[in-house]
Amino acid sequence: MTFVNWLKRNLVVIAGLLTLAYLLLPNVIVTVFSFNKPNGRFNYEWQQFSTDAWKDPCGVADMCGSLSLSLQIAFWATLGATALGTAIAFALVRYRFRARGAVNSLIFLPMAMPEVVMAASLLTLFLNMGAELGFWTVLIAHIMFCLSFVVTAVKARVMSMDPRLEQAAQDLYAGPFQTFVRVTLPIAAPGIAAGALLAFALSFDDFIITNFNAGSTVTFPMFVWGSAQRGTPVQINVIGTAMFVVAVLFVLASMVIGNRRNRRKA
Amino acid sequence: MKTTDATDRGGDVRLSGISKTYGSFTAVHPLDLTVPQGSFFALLGASGCGKTTTLRMIAGLEEPSTGTVHLGDQDVTALPPYKRPVNTVFQSYALFPHLDIFENVAFGLRRRGIKSVKKQVEEMLDLVQLGEQARKKPHQLSGGQQQRVAVARALINHPKVLLLDEPLGALDLKLRRQMQLELKRIQTEVGITFVHVTHDQEEAMTMADTVAVMNGGRVEQLGAPADLYENPRTTFVANFLGTSNLIEAEVDSTSGDDIVVKAAGDKLVLPAERCSAATTTGGKVLVGVRPEKIGLTHADEAGTVPEGRNRITGKIANTSFIGVSTQYVVDCAACPGFEVYVQNIDRDPRLVPGADVVLHWNPAHTFGLDAAQDIDAGVAEEEAA
Amino acid sequence: MSTLTEAPPPLAPAAPEKKPPRRRGRLTPYWLLLPGILWLVVFFALPMIYQASTSVQTGSLEEGYKVTWHFATYWDALSEYWPQFLRSVAYAASATVLCLLLGYPLAYLIAFRAGRWRNLIMILVIAPFFTSFLIRTLAWKTILADGGPVVGALNTLHVLDVTSWLGWTAGDRVLATPLAVVCGLTYNFLPFMILPLYTSLERIDGRLHEAAGDLYARPFTTFRKVTFPLSMPGVVSGTLLTFIPATGDYVNASLLGSADTGMIGNVIQSQFLRVLDYPTAAALSFILMAAILAMVTVYIRKSGTEDLV
Repeated sequence: MTFVNWLKRNLVVIAGLLTLAYLLLPNVIVTVFSFNKPNGRFNYEWQQFSTDAWKDPCGVADMCGSLSLSLQIAFWATLGATALGTAIAFALVRYRFRARGAVNSLIFLPMAMPEVVMAASLLTLFLNMGAELGFWTVLIAHIMFCLSFVVTAVKARVMSMDPRLEQAAQDLYAGPFQTFVRVTLPIAAPGIAAGALLAFALSFDDFIITNFNAGSTVTFPMFVWGSAQRGTPVQINVIGTAMFVVAVLFVLASMVIGNRRNRRKA
Repeated sequence: MKTTDATDRGGDVRLSGISKTYGSFTAVHPLDLTVPQGSFFALLGASGCGKTTTLRMIAGLEEPSTGTVHLGDQDVTALPPYKRPVNTVFQSYALFPHLDIFENVAFGLRRRGIKSVKKQVEEMLDLVQLGEQARKKPHQLSGGQQQRVAVARALINHPKVLLLDEPLGALDLKLRRQMQLELKRIQTEVGITFVHVTHDQEEAMTMADTVAVMNGGRVEQLGAPADLYENPRTTFVANFLGTSNLIEAEVDSTSGDDIVVKAAGDKLVLPAERCSAATTTGGKVLVGVRPEKIGLTHADEAGTVPEGRNRITGKIANTSFIGVSTQYVVDCAACPGFEVYVQNIDRDPRLVPGADVVLHWNPAHTFGLDAAQDIDAGVAEEEAA
Repeated sequence: MSTLTEAPPPLAPAAPEKKPPRRRGRLTPYWLLLPGILWLVVFFALPMIYQASTSVQTGSLEEGYKVTWHFATYWDALSEYWPQFLRSVAYAASATVLCLLLGYPLAYLIAFRAGRWRNLIMILVIAPFFTSFLIRTLAWKTILADGGPVVGALNTLHVLDVTSWLGWTAGDRVLATPLAVVCGLTYNFLPFMILPLYTSLERIDGRLHEAAGDLYARPFTTFRKVTFPLSMPGVVSGTLLTFIPATGDYVNASLLGSADTGMIGNVIQSQFLRVLDYPTAAALSFILMAAILAMVTVYIRKSGTEDLV
């Protein structure tokens, strides 16, 4: 009876944890199989423990090249999308202007469009213009689809900002530029950082739009896609595991630093 | 602090024909207003009356649709806020959340290119008794402390005019009373012109030398607090500042300096100079009297009421005991719901609901208003505030 | 001391009217908008027009294409590929429902029950994002492998008999069946459901639960009458964020499915990148876009949260 009651009370917790397990199971598999020594070309079945792949992560032809290309594209796409998106977010929140509805739709539609549609239509544009597919077309596409997400993230932050803070700065002899640098930017920074982080993750991991518009250029997701047809090297799992660990450590570190700073100031 | 000699008129604020419209909505109707150097001036009104817009036009945060703003002899209408020698204490303070208290206070000095700010900031923080808190962030301070930071941050720049936008609105009652005195002290000490926007009539009357009562984008009346209270010229002022009993009456005759009016059979007298309405015989006027000016006598002793006083009869509808006084609501033929405040010196036990009473007051305390106005203007606003 | 008069009404024509100086640039918002909006117009809106035009062209790769208003392409594409369209909608809808059922308890757990574990669980929900989703999707090949522990357990419990009978799986296999594709879609888009759900649940004042309890609502009634209605904005945006990308997805169908589980994305991809039949591909993509926009519009209207955008 007490067990039934306990179960009743904690049903939602159990269900939630099961979902969490479902979410994390593939990462566990990826990590475990990064120590596998597969028989044959595919790394889908457990054979025996080995650290070979960890000792030689770039031992597969072209893989680390594609990884570095993806990082470069993600970097520039983040920079571009964050700059353009932040400007739009400020205009949307802080100013009145004509055609606001049209601008809002133009921001919203890319997020409400299946990737394959954007990918295909962008390809028809590039084909029609006779553009050479490669690094630049991929970068253009990535900035395009990251832009809306940056706008959304920054807009949320700027909207919660008290406009009186900027007025106070102006009242205290800060000109428009000083106001922006000393007050607006520092306060909007968390929103901009969130937008940039999202843009980086989206760009780095994008496959569908990239696949349509990359021509013969191979980014890391495209490399993985190709290897799913030809044979999956263990090194893919090494990279996947390393990315997961780095991300978790990065977030944990920033949290610990944030906590400590708060505690010291309190 | 900065000393101001009497001949320096740089702290005069002169608004000429200034107005503000948003589309078809007029927030402030064209108004002329002069705030003399060194005075404590209050703009009083309910929310949406245009008082904050007026203040923001002085600060430069709002562009006037017409008219000009002068500080002393300088026309500052075209100057952006960061070039005006005016500072503002914002509603809910607008302290920079990413800067500590020291940097908040130093902000204005640094923007004007002053390098060594330490001494000035520390002095300023000591003045507002926050020296210990210099390295804290605004969210770590209490409401009253934040308020003092906001004042310090503005005053450190020695502005010619300090603008205060509902600076005490976020504080609880006790702290508000304390800060009222504190602000008044600082103003006297530094001698800077203060323009204070508030919806709290008590706050305006306690602190300001001059109060402008605003309503619907216009200044209804302007004057010293006591003058406004004793001689309201519109029903809005009469009801918004304190409470007034307003009686609809008809002009009966004029005799010398007095006007005699008739209200539901009772004859009342008021001084002609205290009547802001036109008084033609047979015309309508509103006759007003403040609740604390009225004496309340049980009907059995009507004979003891001295001659020459205005008197009407009624029945007590309700009483509430406040402590220092008792408030009575009396229903009269001329005016249902007549309010009377009687100090609790010798309480008459017969004055309970249902008792017949005589209300009487000195005719000199009566004022007359134009009957064409809404008799209840300003009543609801005061209750909401 | 102070003086006050109503200003005289402005004498209109005689006195030269002094316009208030324009301090703040009225053009600033346009300068801020220009680069980003231009980018979206050229690389998002314009391509849509190009695509629409391509879809009514005829010709061949060698001789080039011309606009001939050949609307028959649409009809041909639909009549040939309607099974893939139906499959896309069915798989995406199933995945969306599964995401909601799986995601809601987790979002609820984070919002109300996690206490000091809240941040950690949040990190664990987001962190998988940082491993390439293709790698994680490939891991499902291992998890659902023939004869693996998962399939074995399902077999022992006779679940596979039921799902085979329903046509979701085939014999002893889960891989290369609709179930595997839906499972992959659910997995891939689950975080997009959890995050908006969490955001709207987190805004709910915990005292509302106490108030509901105080007013004689049992826990489940509280959920049904208070919590769930208040989380509707999260439910709506979560389902949209799941359903839209799932409909157009072809990665899960390719990696975890078979030729019989092809979705419309697979068709568009192969028409564009392998068959090089641009008009058909463009027409399919256009139909998909129109269908999704129509469904989303109806859905948003019905759920009454138009301010979502």
